[in-house]
Amino acid sequence: MMIDWTAFTPWSALAGGVLIGLAAALLVLLNGRIAGISGIVGGLLTPKPGDIGWRLAFVAGLVLAPVLWLAVAALPPIQIEAGYPLLIVAGLVVGFSTRYGTGCTSGHGVCGISRLSPRSIVATLAFMTAGFITVFVMRHLIGG
Amino acid sequence: MVKLSFSALIVGLVFGLGLLVSGMANPEKVLGFLDLAGAWDPSLALVMVGAIAVGFFAFRRAARQERSLLNEPIQLPTRRDLDRRLLLGGLGFGVGWGLAGFCPGPALVALGAGELKALVFVLAMLAGMGIFELLERRKPS
Repeated sequence: MMIDWTAFTPWSALAGGVLIGLAAALLVLLNGRIAGISGIVGGLLTPKPGDIGWRLAFVAGLVLAPVLWLAVAALPPIQIEAGYPLLIVAGLVVGFSTRYGTGCTSGHGVCGISRLSPRSIVATLAFMTAGFITVFVMRHLIGG
Repeated sequence: MVKLSFSALIVGLVFGLGLLVSGMANPEKVLGFLDLAGAWDPSLALVMVGAIAVGFFAFRRAARQERSLLNEPIQLPTRRDLDRRLLLGGLGFGVGWGLAGFCPGPALVALGAGELKALVFVLAMLAGMGIFELLERRKPS
């Protein structure tokens, strides 16, 4: 393994992580809900009365965050190398699997591990491992 | 109701800013973290460290309470069993994450930044979630 020290951004990563943790903390302490993004979005597809507004508001907050950022400073880079066919496949797989496995990076990775939930620890190990393997295959076996 | 939506909006904003600050909203950065065999960028491990350091105390507190500060029931998952769905769903999500470098939150943030590719990913993700719901509904319960 070779670490790319030029790309390493420990302080912004930690600071961003603290903000994400703060958001998860606020949602559970104020609204009593888990900040799991796939779960919050998925719940909008089978809407129950009285359970829609906060979900929409949360998603709106995520989408508006870069707009708020732009009012103050230039956006950090967002580089998307994947082409459209790959993005469609990836989106379908992410959408289906996160609902099937009841969570993604936020629900299992952040909230679940914070709660020391065995299910979330297993799910996080599973998606991290699959992510490492997939990138290895895409970049070093297929991409070359 | 309005109070709950307002707090969720603020939380979504804070979460989105966190994703932007951390670099998680940049798929290239995410793939650099997942690429152990290449020039590895370990930054995103620290995103988890920062988030869990705060989350740990918040969820410990939440677990001791019946109701939230806005007087809502605190809804924490209670399941502790490990099943095949959890494992397969996790593995599948990891594959999708590794293909493009997007997970759900960062994709929504990149969509808000005006990235057309993020819009396409989000629409496909919603379709994937829709397919899941349809298959669930068809299953005899």
